[in-house]
Amino acid sequence: MSKILVIAEHLGGKLNSSTARAVSAAVAVKGEAIDVLVLADSVDAIASEAAKIDGVSRVLTVARPENAHPLAAVLAPQIAKAAAGYSHVFVPSTTFGKDVAPRVAALLGVAQVSDVMSVEGPHTFKRPIYAGNAIITVEADPAHTVVATIRSASWSAAATGANNAPIETLAIDAALPTHTRFVELKQGASDRPDLQSASKVVSGGRGVGSKENFDIIFKFADKIGAAVGASRAAVDAGYVPSDLQVGQTGKIIAPELYMAIGISGAIQHLTGIKDAGTIVAINKDGEAPIFEVADFGLVGDLFKLIPELERAIG
Amino acid sequence: MKILIGYKRVVDYNVRIQVKPDGSGVVTDGVKLSANPFDDIALEEALRLREKGVAEEVIVVGIGPADLTAHLRNGLAMGANRAIHVVTADAVQPLTAARVFLKLIEKEQPGLVILGKQAIDDDANQTGQMLAALWDRPQATFASKVEIADGKATVTREVDAGLEVIEAELPAVITTDLRLNEPRFIKLPDIMKAKSKPIDTIEFGSLGVEANDHLKTTHYAAPAKRSKGVMVKDAAELVAALKQKGLL
Ligand SMILES: Cc1cc2nc3c(=O)[nH]c(=O)nc-3n(C[C@H](O)[C@H](O)[C@H](O)COP(=O)(O)OP(=O)(O)OC[C@H]3O[C@@H](n4cnc5c(N)ncnc54)[C@H](O)[C@@H]3O)c2cc1C
Ligand SMILES: Nc1ncnc2c1ncn2[C@@H]1O[C@H](COP(=O)(O)O)[C@@H](O)[C@H]1O
Repeated sequence: MSKILVIAEHLGGKLNSSTARAVSAAVAVKGEAIDVLVLADSVDAIASEAAKIDGVSRVLTVARPENAHPLAAVLAPQIAKAAAGYSHVFVPSTTFGKDVAPRVAALLGVAQVSDVMSVEGPHTFKRPIYAGNAIITVEADPAHTVVATIRSASWSAAATGANNAPIETLAIDAALPTHTRFVELKQGASDRPDLQSASKVVSGGRGVGSKENFDIIFKFADKIGAAVGASRAAVDAGYVPSDLQVGQTGKIIAPELYMAIGISGAIQHLTGIKDAGTIVAINKDGEAPIFEVADFGLVGDLFKLIPELERAIG
Repeated sequence: MKILIGYKRVVDYNVRIQVKPDGSGVVTDGVKLSANPFDDIALEEALRLREKGVAEEVIVVGIGPADLTAHLRNGLAMGANRAIHVVTADAVQPLTAARVFLKLIEKEQPGLVILGKQAIDDDANQTGQMLAALWDRPQATFASKVEIADGKATVTREVDAGLEVIEAELPAVITTDLRLNEPRFIKLPDIMKAKSKPIDTIEFGSLGVEANDHLKTTHYAAPAKRSKGVMVKDAAELVAALKQKGLL
């Protein structure tokens, strides 16, 4: 029977919703146990959040000062040790998971399944390749631990509240390297909803034209309570910081409403929004490829249309 | 210092990938092949480090079939000093690629290895991290800025929360994000010059690397298509439609 270890992702003492999404994938394996591993300097608040997620059997914690920041070189040896006795190790496919999971897999001497979209069986998974232009079914060898990253946008977060899983301290005897050191994290302070978990996202592209013009996107997003995203072209041009990029090499998101404004709809961008509930496109070029995937398309100049939308919303 | 570069050949990013009707693979016959975009960025970064005097030699590495030579020549034309071609007819998975890189590291003793953060064919995003684990050295993935001084790399990484800065003692593995740099264009005279640069050819079988691919791809499918929606005539109609769906 399968036993699954889910690695918790957290920041600033709070659990990231990507963890509960990875738990959903673990539930789909239909194993006998799902344990969540919390590695941090101070674990209590994170562990008690994780213990509430439905389907979690136990929460295991490793509190060490070295775990204050998510350095893959430091975390991976601990996760590899903790993985003993588990058939699967699931990690969210966020920049955190993408960084650490392959390092764990290599320490265990196994391949990794990246970006699991669906679980077809305990060792059979579907995942995207070629920027989502093909979906492959992969079979992992049951003789080895399965290390996989879970594509957050494909899984809704497991419910929380009803569960109260036991929290246990795990003693891990692993030598930790000191060759890699955290210096700082520069975060764009924002009161807006988080791009990866927001139910509504408004994104702007090169068509917005400048950093100053991007205010129109921020204001509109605030009006409808949406997170703000951007195309790579908008990020490269310096309109917004890189953590707002949506797409193959940015964030893969699945909001209920996605509004692409002044974005042409390059394949690398579309990969990031395929799972959105409703896609709205606003573009002055009626031939823009974004209209091929949009549920609602509106052709016109964004600088004229956004104020009109604001008035129509009231 | 020597810098080793992962230089993978992939289907060009502009090609619209088609899945074969029988689900056995994707159509690659006759499609344009190019350097993985992230690998061009890796090479560009190494060339800049050489131009700054931080590195002396830049080596591009390709693991792939016999006809990879022309691709490696492009890397040489861009400015690499030499190339290593590990010849194998089979596509290698990331763990195997990492094991190959480790063998080359043992031989070449580079101070830095720069790979792409992901190959845009398999989209695995694994090889650099796996290599760093096997080598027991630091990794700095998704780099958007690299500074080398005093035996260490200070790397700015693009992470979900923003920009993270870490310090890694050399030797180390760095993987590139798109904003690290803009690769230079290859000039005609450089193509001529590249013809005389060396390409070492190594048979995969001679490296003593086990290619145990634990993952088998059993089926390829086209992604679910989103159906084309409707065009609305103005802002009012759009707002009405979204309100009706409960989205506004
Ligand atoms: C390896 C690789 C990875 C990539 N990863 C990503 C990724 O993760 N995310 C991503 O987004 N891209 C990615 N790209 C880039 C992608 O190919 C496109 O270049 C990019 O998405 C284009 O951004 P854009 O739509 O904003 O710009 P453009 O393609 O220039 O489109 C701008 C649009 O704005 C419209 N417009 C202009 N003015 C107005 C106006 N006043 N009102 C209304 N509409 C207007 C235009 O008609 C046009 O359609 C990647 C590329 C590569 C090679
Ligand atoms: N066959 C290969 N030849 C050369 N470099 C490779 C190969 N496979 C992987 N790499 C390197 O590893 C990076 C990440 O690949 P991947 O883990 O497959 O997404 C690529 O951008 C290359 O730099």
